[in-house]
Amino acid sequence: MTDRRTDPESFEALAMPMFASLYNLAHWLTLNREEAEDLVQETYLKALKGFVSFHRGTNFRAWMYRILRNAFLTSRTGLSVKMTDPLEPEGAAALEAASDTPESALLAREDQQAVQDALERLPVPFREVILLCDMEDMSYQEIAEALGIPAGTVMSRLSRARKSLREMLAGKVHGASK
Amino acid sequence: MSCDWAAKLDRYVDSELSGGELTEVEAHLRTCPACAADALSRLQLKRMTQAVGHRFSPRPVFRLKIEQSVGKAKAPRWTRRWLPAFAAAAALVLILISAAVWFEHSRGEQALGELADLHVSTLASANPVDVVSSDRHTVKPWFQGKLPFTFNLPELQNSPFKLIGGRLTYFQQSPGAQLLFEIRKHRISVFIFQNRAELSRLNAESWLRGKLAFNSETWIEGGLRYFVVGDAGAPDVHDLCELLKSAAR
Repeated sequence: MTDRRTDPESFEALAMPMFASLYNLAHWLTLNREEAEDLVQETYLKALKGFVSFHRGTNFRAWMYRILRNAFLTSRTGLSVKMTDPLEPEGAAALEAASDTPESALLAREDQQAVQDALERLPVPFREVILLCDMEDMSYQEIAEALGIPAGTVMSRLSRARKSLREMLAGKVHGASK
Repeated sequence: MSCDWAAKLDRYVDSELSGGELTEVEAHLRTCPACAADALSRLQLKRMTQAVGHRFSPRPVFRLKIEQSVGKAKAPRWTRRWLPAFAAAAALVLILISAAVWFEHSRGEQALGELADLHVSTLASANPVDVVSSDRHTVKPWFQGKLPFTFNLPELQNSPFKLIGGRLTYFQQSPGAQLLFEIRKHRISVFIFQNRAELSRLNAESWLRGKLAFNSETWIEGGLRYFVVGDAGAPDVHDLCELLKSAAR
């Protein structure tokens, strides 16, 4: 009898539907097409090789993203990126000092390009947590599995990441209005 | 705006609030314009991120490359895993086929040996036949009520063959007719049985001719299986067979 965990066809059926999504995430992490392709290729090869160790019943998407993320951390770009939380603890204090802005008014005037630019400028740990939550629509628990951190940390990191994003957008508006 | 509420608003827009908390936050939003505006702003930002997030698409050629690399990995693994099983299955099939052929051959030898024995024992008997007559119209009716089938016998008047008689015989638990013919002092037995699957598989001619120096022929006609065994020459045996076949048609 075939063990589905070791069945490459089962892997293909699970992993290929995620291809476009994984590539998009990889491109957001690296901000470079060639590096993103290398990253996705490495992810698929590692995942296929390690598929036997995947525990059925656990989240495959989170598992795949974790492999992609680990591959990114050891890549050239990944090694140059500071993956620790950029706003803890002194950064958080800095954000607390930032002034509140009327964000709803701001966002009404912002176009997609501004959000895109702001996302690109966000530190990688913030960018990835926002993309996993908002774009991939992952639950906090799934994100926690993917990033290998507690769900509480996901919440606080997400909160700070959004705050940072809002400030970038607000800065742009303020800058433009000067 | 209280920090407690701000923390909950992120969870609210991410649909991560439990039932009780959700009710609580929704009630608060109805009464607090500042938090309602904040929640709306967070929701707008989330929608905007969602929209711009799907920005990068893989090249089709890259997708193909990944599909192939996953597919390539599949083939050798598949082969590696199943090759021993296939080899074992193939070996088993070969063994089974060999055993079946040997078994069939063995059964055939045994069955045809019995026929040859019947022929020889009939010749050795002091009363080789139960109905002694050269008249086919005497011999054929003798089998009435003794066999569950009937058969025709050839007219031998202008042939070198002479009918000696017939007897009831049993072969593989089935009754049949054994007719004894003579040609130049050589006696030939003609066995007639109802055809069955086991009899269909017997290759009488090749076996008997090779092993016991008998000449023999076998065929099926009208649902009956005929075996002709004798020490006469092959052309004589064949001529008798042709006579029997023409009579049966």
